[in-house]
Amino acid sequence: MLRIECPCCGLRDHDEFRYGGDASITRPGHDDPDPEAWYRYVYVRKNPPGPHREFWQHVTGCRQWLVVERDTRNHAIASVGFARKTRA
Amino acid sequence: MNMSRYSVSSILRNGLSGQKNWQRAWRAAEPKPAYDMIIVGGGGHGLATAFYLAENHGIRNVAVLEKGYVGGGNVGRNTTVIRSNYLLDGNTQFYEFSVKLWEGLSQALNFNVMFSQRGQIVTAHSADQLDTFGHRANIMRLNGIDADILDRDAVRRLVPYLDFSDTARFPIYGAILQGRAGTARHDAVAWGYARAADSHGVDIIQNCEVTGFVRDGDRIVGVETSKGRIGAGKVGLAVAGHTSVLGRKAGLELPIESHVLQAFVTEPLKPLVDHVVAYGADHFYVSQSDKGGLVFGGNLDGYNSYAQRGNLGVVREVAEAAIALMPCISRVRLLRHWGGVMDMTPDASPIICPTPIDGLYLNGGWCYGGFKATPASGWCFAHTLATGKPHPLIAAFRLDRFRTGHTLDEAGAGPSAWLQ
Repeated sequence: MLRIECPCCGLRDHDEFRYGGDASITRPGHDDPDPEAWYRYVYVRKNPPGPHREFWQHVTGCRQWLVVERDTRNHAIASVGFARKTRA
Repeated sequence: MNMSRYSVSSILRNGLSGQKNWQRAWRAAEPKPAYDMIIVGGGGHGLATAFYLAENHGIRNVAVLEKGYVGGGNVGRNTTVIRSNYLLDGNTQFYEFSVKLWEGLSQALNFNVMFSQRGQIVTAHSADQLDTFGHRANIMRLNGIDADILDRDAVRRLVPYLDFSDTARFPIYGAILQGRAGTARHDAVAWGYARAADSHGVDIIQNCEVTGFVRDGDRIVGVETSKGRIGAGKVGLAVAGHTSVLGRKAGLELPIESHVLQAFVTEPLKPLVDHVVAYGADHFYVSQSDKGGLVFGGNLDGYNSYAQRGNLGVVREVAEAAIALMPCISRVRLLRHWGGVMDMTPDASPIICPTPIDGLYLNGGWCYGGFKATPASGWCFAHTLATGKPHPLIAAFRLDRFRTGHTLDEAGAGPSAWLQ
């Protein structure tokens, strides 16, 4: 079991969370007419073997969306923060 | 080369001489400076591709480069299920072609891959689900594939050990059966293709990791490896699980995420499960190996992973699904469980095609369904490499389908790779 240090609830097993995928992807503007931008947003992923910034939602806890930096080779978690604070 | 054929007489001859004179099944090749074609990845798909390049196209100056050992990746980690009960045009015909190749594979390779057409049963747990299975069965039959719809009593006659009690969590309503589906010995598939390719002159080079690509202008003309630079007329990638890693080195951006899928085997039992049985109410499928172990699997772990090991949470989920369908195995002990790294695509269908990079061809994105496709994948990828054009059976598996909106979303699960 991965253990994620939720900023609200403390250290919890990962099966309390829902995975949300790559957090480095930026959604195009809703009026962006470029299909290439939408293709990259929906489908293209870097999929690194190593540090990966990803969304998790604490669905059976505080229900906050988090950004977790985790190594995809060994699941070591380097950082956890609120997703909303990472937005510019 | 000059490999002796396996036959009844070779068994007798070697038996009478104390089993001391068997040749090794394939040579331990070292790389030559250049080849007409290099296949990266010595798994089932890469070895099959090399075999069909030589067998169907007469291209024998071929190397297969494997970073570890033959059969150490997903070809030796899957649950060995073979079937062609697919719904969508493009998938249906491709997987049926593969089943037909499986039916003659032991003879084609002179190697017993132990293909056992024991039939696959997928249970339905409502009238609506059985209707969708009827739809699937009709599409299969229209494509010349065997399919039968079973009612509850017929399912009970075939697989009486499932939970038909009044307390079943999801009562069995019926099932779809493909009688020609089955299993094969997965290691034998890797070994058989390796031996057959080697006998055609293909060099199989193990412990040879590709670390980069050699370019001449925009064209890829070779690979950098842990055993030095090797030139190539064309390079084919067959490294599902790690396609993103090599793709990035070549400059390809891919719609792929790597996820871990676990598989399990129990202690050996007396014969119990005569078919491949899949649970229609959850993700669980089971068959029984010739040694007696129940081989089964379930869902992905559900987050990006390159670790070839899984998480205990999924062990519990899969065990719960197993017991819900087959309460009789609740006290059977688990012998082993392991993980393999899958290329997950956003539509759960594979990618086999020429790439936008000259000289580079791609075979990947197999999700959790690559084993059954091994012969057809090798056949069609060899055609694509030899002719430079996609084989008609893989026309739908092109990389740009995501850009153009022609996805093959068999499960209708949407674009999140981990939910496929």
